[in-house]
Amino acid sequence: MHAYANPARFLKLARWLTPALLWSGLLLTAGAMIYGLAFAPAERLQGETVRILFIHVPSVWLGMAGWTTIALASLAELVWRHPLAALAARGAAMPGAAFTFLGLATGSIWGRPAWGTWWVWDGRLTSFLVLLFLFLGYIALAQAVAREGGSSRVPAIFGLVGAVNIPIIHFSVLWWNSLHQPPSITTGGSAMSGEFLSGLLVAVLGFSLLFGAVVLMRMRALLAETQAEARLRRRAMQAGGQGELADA
Amino acid sequence: MSNSPLKAKHQRLVLILLAFAALIGATLLAIYGLRNQASYFYVPADIAADPPAPGQAIRLGGMVEEGSLTTAADGVTVTFVVQDGEGRVPVTFTGILPDLFVEGSGVVAEGSMDASGTFVATNLLAKHDENYMPRELEDMSREQAREKVAETTE
Repeated sequence: MHAYANPARFLKLARWLTPALLWSGLLLTAGAMIYGLAFAPAERLQGETVRILFIHVPSVWLGMAGWTTIALASLAELVWRHPLAALAARGAAMPGAAFTFLGLATGSIWGRPAWGTWWVWDGRLTSFLVLLFLFLGYIALAQAVAREGGSSRVPAIFGLVGAVNIPIIHFSVLWWNSLHQPPSITTGGSAMSGEFLSGLLVAVLGFSLLFGAVVLMRMRALLAETQAEARLRRRAMQAGGQGELADA
Repeated sequence: MSNSPLKAKHQRLVLILLAFAALIGATLLAIYGLRNQASYFYVPADIAADPPAPGQAIRLGGMVEEGSLTTAADGVTVTFVVQDGEGRVPVTFTGILPDLFVEGSGVVAEGSMDASGTFVATNLLAKHDENYMPRELEDMSREQAREKVAETTE
């Protein structure tokens, strides 16, 4: 991992990896969406509304994977002081929050025809709403720290503490009676027929590649921002000489 | 720095792991404390074990028993039995049924028990299970369909 501590080496890798992830992700996502909307069969009980599955499941998966990325990067930041860890966590926060919101919105739209309600306060829905609030809190905290010049360890601690919610989301449907059904795909197999499962797996892969591309883009943008700031500061120092700096 | 960097690194790792273990422990305790309150509904077995007071607002969840659904003469009142394999609770509901409400499927009813032990529902929510099957399998029984799913996903 520390081989990529050098930003120049990371940028060299990211320069070709970003478009590779982006285009393969777009291709797989478009394929899965077309299959889901036009070719997947109607479901036995739910009929056509089942098609929202192909957006809902990849979105909630990336909401949870997004926070897991923040937690792992936070661990790398706190323990190994990896110089890119804070950037990776900040890069994953915005797309993670976006996918969490998408998962909540599609779930609500799906809940109306399937359950007869837009929203209930059961264990799964509530813990997933908490995840969205954690993301928003993390983004605000990380931005404030970056702007005001505090220690990046503060958002890292928040990222680790918030990881407690991830197993709660996963097990909420098993620990408590909930309106949301238990997982269809487990390590023991799938309760989902192949027509749905294959399309869903392609959608999950496509969304994940897109997520990776966005994280790399944001990391590059954040790196460029810090470099631009450093350059401006240097220039201001040279212009002002040894004397006091004019308020830039 | 008297410590070598490796040692400091290990110290931080152990400290964080300990803090995280304490946090997980605290969360598990909270979840254990919430195990009853955090459930969205009671199942018939809970109602049999600890009957709620008549008139107390609760949610009842379970499967609609096959062959138990009857419509009253007024056309909008239905009665059915919710069961979970251990207990059975008769339910009456007046209103429009959700689209996915069928015999043998899951349901969550909001309402309260009356004095005679019947659950008077004010709202019904359909609860679907984790099985996803195409329409063409509709005519098969649940077991046949499950086998078909197992075949295609293996």
